[in-house]
Amino acid sequence: MTIRVPIVENILNANDHLAVENRSRLESAGVYSINIMASPGAGKTSLIEQTLPRLKDKLRVAVVDGDIATSIDADRAAKAGAQAAIQINTGGDCHLDAVMLRGALEQLDLTQFDLLIVENVGNLVCPASFKLGTHKSILIASIPEGDDKPYKYPGMYRGVDALVINKIDLLPYVSFKMDYFERGVEVLNPGVVTFPLSAKTGEGMDAWTDWLVEQVKCKR
Amino acid sequence: MHELAVTQSILDISLRHAQKAGAKKITGINLVIGEFASIVDDSVQFYWELYAQGTIAQNAQLHFERIAGEMTCTNCKLSFHPKDTDFSCPDCKSEFVQITKGDEFRVDSIDVE
Ligand SMILES: Nc1nc2c(ncn2[C@@H]2O[C@H](COP(=O)(O)OP(=O)(O)OP(=O)(O)O)[C@@H](O)[C@H]2O)c(=O)[nH]1
Ligand SMILES: [Mg+2]
Ligand SMILES: [Zn+2]
Repeated sequence: MTIRVPIVENILNANDHLAVENRSRLESAGVYSINIMASPGAGKTSLIEQTLPRLKDKLRVAVVDGDIATSIDADRAAKAGAQAAIQINTGGDCHLDAVMLRGALEQLDLTQFDLLIVENVGNLVCPASFKLGTHKSILIASIPEGDDKPYKYPGMYRGVDALVINKIDLLPYVSFKMDYFERGVEVLNPGVVTFPLSAKTGEGMDAWTDWLVEQVKCKR
Repeated sequence: MHELAVTQSILDISLRHAQKAGAKKITGINLVIGEFASIVDDSVQFYWELYAQGTIAQNAQLHFERIAGEMTCTNCKLSFHPKDTDFSCPDCKSEFVQITKGDEFRVDSIDVE
């Protein structure tokens, strides 16, 4: 005889629980944390490289870098002045999850930092589904990706707390209709705070880092 | 791909609830997946056959109930299925719309013996 057992449980419940644990671990050490997500090559590591020198003498920063393979990005972060840089290799997974971040947190003496920057795996779909427990989610869109991305990847645009529009130095060379892009963003994430900038020329970087420092201070 | 992680979670949830219910065998798993949850049914099925081996769920049928995406206009209250490249209200053209369906991503129930 077959019986039906009602469950109604969110499929990623276990990950969500671990994310909550990560958050309280960060909170009790007084660390503010952000999760940077974007497609491959949008400029996640470049943004971190530009951000670190601007936070020097203001915040003690640790970086956790997620990639399918290599430690290239963590090495770049260390070189740019991160007090600690840890690479997580996901071995094929298209996203970081809460278990992986927990593993990285265990390698850090969290009391030594004010800010933790997590660079997620380059992917515009999967990272949105896996909460890590960080305080804020940041999405980087970059000009050469095209202005239709909010429409094609709504899941990613919906869940984030701030949007960086990178590579604005390339605006003269690619056709990118900013108003079309912004209309899509506005539907998915009304009023989301936006930072147009170039991680190459440095234009717009100060607004972004001022905001970041403000977020960390507010948290204290 | 993350269908693997998803499949693992579905299996964990199902086994836990089956054990609580004192079941000997899971024959069916009923999933509710919204259009905006990016999951490919076939890949979940594929991983399932690998992961469920040797558990009481190894012969379970996976049933996917798909929920179509829906947006609702905050201006005229019309509910509609959004077009791919245009989220504005098809009636009053307002751009103030909210997603009201399509986020579902859950194990609804299991059938056990
Ligand atoms: N022109 C221009 N190029 C940029 C800018 N930011 C990054 N780039 C270039 O874009 C390429 C990718 O940058 P990364 O910072 O490695 O991108 P990423 O998102 O970390 O890439 P993955 O970690 O591999 O997903 C590099 O060649 C950068 O030099 C920018 O603002 N303007
Ligand atoms: Mg990178
Ligand atoms: Zn309307």
